Amino acid sequence: MSPQFVPISPIFGRFTIASLPLQEPIVVGTFCMVALGGLALVAALTWFKLWGYLWKEWFTSVDHKKIGVMYMVLGLVMLLRGFSDAIMMRAQQAIAFNGSEGYLNAHHYDQVFTAHGVIMIFFVAMPFVTGLMNFVVPLQIGARDVSFPFLNNFSFWMTVGGAVIVMMSLFVGEFARTGWLAYPPLSGVAYSPGVGVDYYIWALQVAGVGTLLSGVNLIATIVKLRAPGMTLMRMPIFTWTALCTNILIVAAFPVLTAVLVLLSLDRYVGTDFFTNTLGGNPMMYVNLIWIWGHPEVYILILPLFGVFSEVTSAFSGKRLFGYSSMVYATVVITILSYVVWLHHFFTMGSGASVNSFFGITTMVISIPTGAKLFNWLFTMYRGRIRFELPMLWTIAFMVTFTIGGMTGVMLAVPPADFVLHNSLFLIAHFHNVIIGGVVFGVFAAINFWFPKAFGFRLDPFWGKISFVCWVSGFWVAFTPLYVMGLMGVTRRLRTFDDPSLQIWFIIAALGAVLIALGIVAMLVQIAVSILNREKLRDTTGDIWHGRTLEWSTSSPPPEYNFAFTPIVHDTDAWWDMQERGAVRPTSGFKAIHMPRSTWAGVVLAGLSVAFGVAMIWYVWWLAIASFVGLIGVAIIHTFNYKRDYHISAEDVTRVENERTRQLAAEV
Amino acid sequence: MPESAPNLRVRTMMRPIMILATSLLLGGCNMVVLNPAGDVAAQQRDLLVIATVLMLLIIIPVIALVALFAWRYRASNTDANYQPNWDHSTQLELLIWAAPLLIIICLGAVTWVGTHLLDPYRPIERTASGRPIAPGVKPLEVEVVALDWKWLFIYPEYGFATVNELAAPVDRPIAFKITASSVMNAFYVPALAGMIYAMPSMETRLHAVINKPGKYTGMSANYSGAGFSGMNFHFYGMSDTDFAGWVARNKAAGGTLDRAAYLQLERPSEHVPVQRFAAVEPGLFRAAVNLCVKPGTVCTDAMMRQDAARDSQPAPNEHGPMPMPGAHSMSMPGQSPAPAAKPDTAGLTGAGLPSPAATPAGVALAASASQPRL
Repeated sequence: MSPQFVPISPIFGRFTIASLPLQEPIVVGTFCMVALGGLALVAALTWFKLWGYLWKEWFTSVDHKKIGVMYMVLGLVMLLRGFSDAIMMRAQQAIAFNGSEGYLNAHHYDQVFTAHGVIMIFFVAMPFVTGLMNFVVPLQIGARDVSFPFLNNFSFWMTVGGAVIVMMSLFVGEFARTGWLAYPPLSGVAYSPGVGVDYYIWALQVAGVGTLLSGVNLIATIVKLRAPGMTLMRMPIFTWTALCTNILIVAAFPVLTAVLVLLSLDRYVGTDFFTNTLGGNPMMYVNLIWIWGHPEVYILILPLFGVFSEVTSAFSGKRLFGYSSMVYATVVITILSYVVWLHHFFTMGSGASVNSFFGITTMVISIPTGAKLFNWLFTMYRGRIRFELPMLWTIAFMVTFTIGGMTGVMLAVPPADFVLHNSLFLIAHFHNVIIGGVVFGVFAAINFWFPKAFGFRLDPFWGKISFVCWVSGFWVAFTPLYVMGLMGVTRRLRTFDDPSLQIWFIIAALGAVLIALGIVAMLVQIAVSILNREKLRDTTGDIWHGRTLEWSTSSPPPEYNFAFTPIVHDTDAWWDMQERGAVRPTSGFKAIHMPRSTWAGVVLAGLSVAFGVAMIWYVWWLAIASFVGLIGVAIIHTFNYKRDYHISAEDVTRVENERTRQLAAEV
Repeated sequence: MPESAPNLRVRTMMRPIMILATSLLLGGCNMVVLNPAGDVAAQQRDLLVIATVLMLLIIIPVIALVALFAWRYRASNTDANYQPNWDHSTQLELLIWAAPLLIIICLGAVTWVGTHLLDPYRPIERTASGRPIAPGVKPLEVEVVALDWKWLFIYPEYGFATVNELAAPVDRPIAFKITASSVMNAFYVPALAGMIYAMPSMETRLHAVINKPGKYTGMSANYSGAGFSGMNFHFYGMSDTDFAGWVARNKAAGGTLDRAAYLQLERPSEHVPVQRFAAVEPGLFRAAVNLCVKPGTVCTDAMMRQDAARDSQPAPNEHGPMPMPGAHSMSMPGQSPAPAAKPDTAGLTGAGLPSPAATPAGVALAASASQPRL
């Protein structure tokens, strides 16, 4: 089927004034709020003359720590957007009964649930996970930066570029109305002729470049830049999980890129890969996208398994139980995550043997996952557990995730899946593992490593309020969904006929309100902590009595992380150094070779956004111009020979002497 | 296939637990998935409960141990044994890998058997536990088409069709053939049996039976666009006499669902009330599966047949006249080589669709090509 004819202006493409959703009061209202907020931010930054600081110290920085922090900020900002979508859905479903259409029409509601899924996975969970790995991995392995510092900056800005494209769709045109995986034929040009699916495609393609390159970068970093003595079986567990995650990224994301290219070809030049006729086969798309999609959920959860290992061990004051079985479990999960994709569509009608195979492989994954849970459990056993915030999140995770795992195995039995697939039970299940696993893990990690990044810890009072709201809010919001799934209620519905369901949706909406309070409490926690930073200051660099190398340096770490590259003799390298009475060197510092900041990442990502937007709106001249610009800038950047510099021995000595003084003052 | 002995034993063991669990969960709301009215859905429920119980064997101890260890080894409890360097125990490692493994072996066996017995393509062999279907009982055939955004049900045995209303006599096996006109949907009646996708130019199947008379909810369970939320219908389980009355009512409704009426019906519409057609043009479902109801469109099966015929001819320019080894295996089953190479163009279009009886080879090919079974 060839693309439908639309009048295309040579200058504006298919953009007209009618593309602006001026008739949708909710969108206009949101736009006004965002515009006002944005203007206030710009004004404040200008007023305090922060633009130069931000540009020089952050945007163009190739320091993995700063890039890691920027990823976390991106994740947090997009969490607010993704959560607004969630609460809009909960509100719609709580009122659309007894003939009421609710307050969202189908055009709007269908975009909201699509955007919610896309944003939460690609622009909240992924930045959080990538940000954590970026910040922590080089510190844990005793490196000064990642292998390819410029690539790291470029990857980050490409991820931002994807987020910008998604956000733009809110106010200019529309987003996809297809569900977060955009199954054809619905996402084909015949049934979705507008710009929505194109926004989806280009946002993911631009962000996908960033994710893939950051995967390559971190694999190279972990393989090549480990401190002397850190053999693979002496790597901290978080680094192990990061390695496996990035292998998954590098193996899986090209599949996503390829399948989206095929969908683009169907939409732009009229090929028939996934159309109904002329030999097209939408089932192929469903298979391909899940061959990426299933590893993707392990890409999200594995690093957090690493976080829980680090946290449990640190706050139990004890070595991690069963280090090597933890490593093997991680590797087994990595491999198995490639042979389970079909469990996302048992209901497509594959034969019983195919379905059983994929059902059983799915269950097999629960064995290494179960082993991990037991290992955390026996790490706590005979420990001295301090219930600081990271440990609280970990305990909440262990209980919540176990139940999510159980419902997952229920869904892995194909005949049981036939009655639960696409139901609210499924929704409850994956929120149970993603919120209970990924989100709780990210919060544990933020509370754990925040003092490392900024030199002061997060306020525990507001942190505990946030914790209580989130955990209880999660259960209040999603238990009704489990129940309704068993009542045969399916997903993505906008209106309901059966009035007896309303009470469940109202309870779920209350749960969402509790989670909203949890988010607010978290923002308050950050604000309060910044205000009280002197009281919350940590000068030791090892506030939690951590076990791995990142705790051996100061908080925040100096630009070069370690004045001397540490030598590793044990898995818990820092713990081992303290046990053996290793003395921190205070003299003999040398100049340190460091990578230099560069503008190229921001500019390249900006041009990529321009190219994506031009393709979405059929503005061919801009697409050509930005593409040529992209290639040109990349070539020009290769002639930039000012890639590095040296931190002089004097500067290193000064910084290290300051730290010596601080440590002396501690004692 | 007779039920395998271990599976039967597990069932017998689980029955009291199942009844208890079910009755506990049923207090208050109507959990149709746990309390269905059809035997297939009931067996699917049983598997769900077995899986849950097997998992709880390990879930409950884990959660209890988390609570216990968190409390017992809290930092303020200095009486508790503290061993900061204890990090390995071969016995414990064996236990923590073996316990989940054993449970998954049990569950995997149950899954393998259950998935094969409850394969939606497999004709059912009983109407309820201990009530096998007598030989010679013909299932009620229903052809289902998911349209934007309503359901069309064709009863070829009786020659009528309905929109958004489905009925079947109690305890008579039902054989559904399912397709869609434009985008993916899923055909789902929770009280009857699990869902299966309805996909354009594909035909999926479902076998089920309803055991209790009543009015049940059916829906599309896979998002299909703007009118998706209203794509619901009622499914009636009826006694034989009620069903006969329902058939008579449909036959008396008048109107014929011919190609023109189908094309009219196919257009997107939302919250569509029940419609009845006393007669249906023969071959309409096959044309719907092959997306060639509109006169002049090429049926996908005919197109595939033509392509297969062309591909099975050795390409003269590339390999010369020598037949490639194994080339015959590329031809599709049921295909006679000579006539297939010379397709009847009249038969390719929707308007001149040949009756199934006229081209049995084509029908066999269409069935094998349009089912997504591998």
